[in-house]
Amino acid sequence: MLSLRIMKKQIFLGIILLLLFACNLAYGSLSIPLKSVIEILFGSFEGKQTWAQIVLQSRLPQAVTALLAGSSLAISGLLLQTLFKNPLAGPSILGISDGANLGVAIAMIYFSVGSYVTTILSAFAGAAVVLIIIIYFSKKVQNNVMFLIIGIMMGYLASSVISILNYHASADKVHQYVMWGMGDFSGVSLEKLPYFASFAIAGLILSLLLIKPLNALLLGETYAANLGVKIKSTRILILLCTGLLTATATAFCGPISFIGLAVPHIARLTLGSSNHKQLVPVTILAGGCVALLCNLLTVVPGSNSVLPLNAITPIIGAPIIIYVIVNRKNIQYFN
Amino acid sequence: MKQQITLSAFNLGIGYRLRGGKEKVIHPNLNLQLYSGQVTCLLGMNGAGKSTLLRTLCRFQPSLSGEIEIMGKPINLFTQSELSLTVGVVLTEKTNAGGITVFELVSLGRHPHTGFFGQLKEEDYKIISASLDAVGITHKSDTYISELSDGERQKVMIAKVLAQECPIIVLDEPTAFLDVTSRIEIMILLRKLAKEQNKSILLSTHDLDLAIQMGDCLWLQSRDNPMKRGVPEDLILDNSLESFFRKDGIVFDRTTGKLSSPLSKIPVGVEGDFNTSYWAGNALTREGYLPSTPSADYTSIKCVSPTEIEIKYANGTVGHACSIEEMLKCLTNRIL
Repeated sequence: MLSLRIMKKQIFLGIILLLLFACNLAYGSLSIPLKSVIEILFGSFEGKQTWAQIVLQSRLPQAVTALLAGSSLAISGLLLQTLFKNPLAGPSILGISDGANLGVAIAMIYFSVGSYVTTILSAFAGAAVVLIIIIYFSKKVQNNVMFLIIGIMMGYLASSVISILNYHASADKVHQYVMWGMGDFSGVSLEKLPYFASFAIAGLILSLLLIKPLNALLLGETYAANLGVKIKSTRILILLCTGLLTATATAFCGPISFIGLAVPHIARLTLGSSNHKQLVPVTILAGGCVALLCNLLTVVPGSNSVLPLNAITPIIGAPIIIYVIVNRKNIQYFN
Repeated sequence: MKQQITLSAFNLGIGYRLRGGKEKVIHPNLNLQLYSGQVTCLLGMNGAGKSTLLRTLCRFQPSLSGEIEIMGKPINLFTQSELSLTVGVVLTEKTNAGGITVFELVSLGRHPHTGFFGQLKEEDYKIISASLDAVGITHKSDTYISELSDGERQKVMIAKVLAQECPIIVLDEPTAFLDVTSRIEIMILLRKLAKEQNKSILLSTHDLDLAIQMGDCLWLQSRDNPMKRGVPEDLILDNSLESFFRKDGIVFDRTTGKLSSPLSKIPVGVEGDFNTSYWAGNALTREGYLPSTPSADYTSIKCVSPTEIEIKYANGTVGHACSIEEMLKCLTNRIL
């Protein structure tokens, strides 16, 4: 009975995801009639070639990117929350996104690196450095709030190093970097998409393989060890997975705030469970939904301009986090 | 059922390895045996190293010296999954499991038995529901952990350990945060499991009364002395407990098995109805008198019923009290 209810919720989320995906294809800063969009997708369109190009070369990869980046960030948030036993952890709040950001900044400004794989690798290196420092502090600071503040400090440190780098860099490189740093899903062209997608999907699959140890970690590391979980290697795998997902999303879409922090809460609240067997798939779906929704909302109706993504994500994310904090006494997974 | 040694330690040194090769030794030399079908209570003051010992026996931290054997095999030869099938733990660690149900938590106990994805088979379901039954929490299967009382949470953790199907169960202060009735409930439950399922149960506790009442065997751990072990009554009768708890201002009373302030020398005779005189004696001890057999040399109390207490003063006069409270008032007014 329980599984039927959960299955219904998953199917419901799946339908919402498809609808949002379709909206992302149909709706953009240039209005294209729905009928034409459908014809373009099915290859039977014989009208303006620019329309076909917009739908296939711009909107389609952008929607796929939003879907995967949203899922990636949401899962890395969930992994961090479970690993650190802290429901308010997330890739941006712990400074991991900023670390990835810093990695890209160093690569772009100092080494003039532009290729996707090296961008990902430098983002991953940056994220990994912050993760290692964070783990070091997680052993020293047991208090959840203090730990989050250390994460926020890490983020500030990374940002200040980025500012210093920018100060010394040439104007065009800074411009290139700043454009990247605005954060949006349109940066991934159809040619880049396979690279992005394969890294993101690899990370998401890895997260599915971690479901069993993640559940054991709900009891804490000592209990998990007693249940046969190899703590050290599990922790490394979780961090690899988090680093990979955050780095991939950040390298291609820029630093995106709040999705990693807020979506696991949306998933847990709709699901009513912290059992990772259901929570991981639902977080992947919900992450995709939220990112697609945010992407839709960046389009200003009746104008050609597009808002920066990071102007939208807090509008959706921040109220959820505030709601969760205010109601934490009544939310099961907080107690 | 035959009682077998399931866990033993020889010349075990426990403590912590510090940086630079130094060691902080908590106890240099422990020799222990744990038997199946028994509840063993580990007693010791704060700082005696109870948790360190338990952690070492479960291999959560390395020993400094000596040997630990589990089921006759050195503990270091166990793989982690073998160990997880042999020793199950209930800890004081705060969990993050508020958002899963009782059933889901107990099913985590099946982890060492299930495959890569943790898929539960029919047999696993059977064992989980049997474990829920054994601790009497089946009716809460679908309840969130966050909605349970402390006592219920402890029961769920014990059910988890049962689902793990380990012959040895180690519990770190399982009764620490519980109210009086839950404490007794948990201890009765553990006894039942030891007897019915022939488990070796080792628990640390500060509850002296409960340990004496329910423990098959006590381990008395203190920093500077060798570990004492024995049946509680033997340890009381041979004065081990008395010397173990010796401290300024505190005395272990061999007759009652309780810790109290040092016994006074002012004797007061007590006789009569068993129940009333027992509790009259309890009240007298608290007030600093020494309950004794009645004599004409000192004040005596004759308990007829809980509401009828006769006080014969040393000078021959007789007073009446209708409650222990009144009796105590009469005594303080007249004797001192």
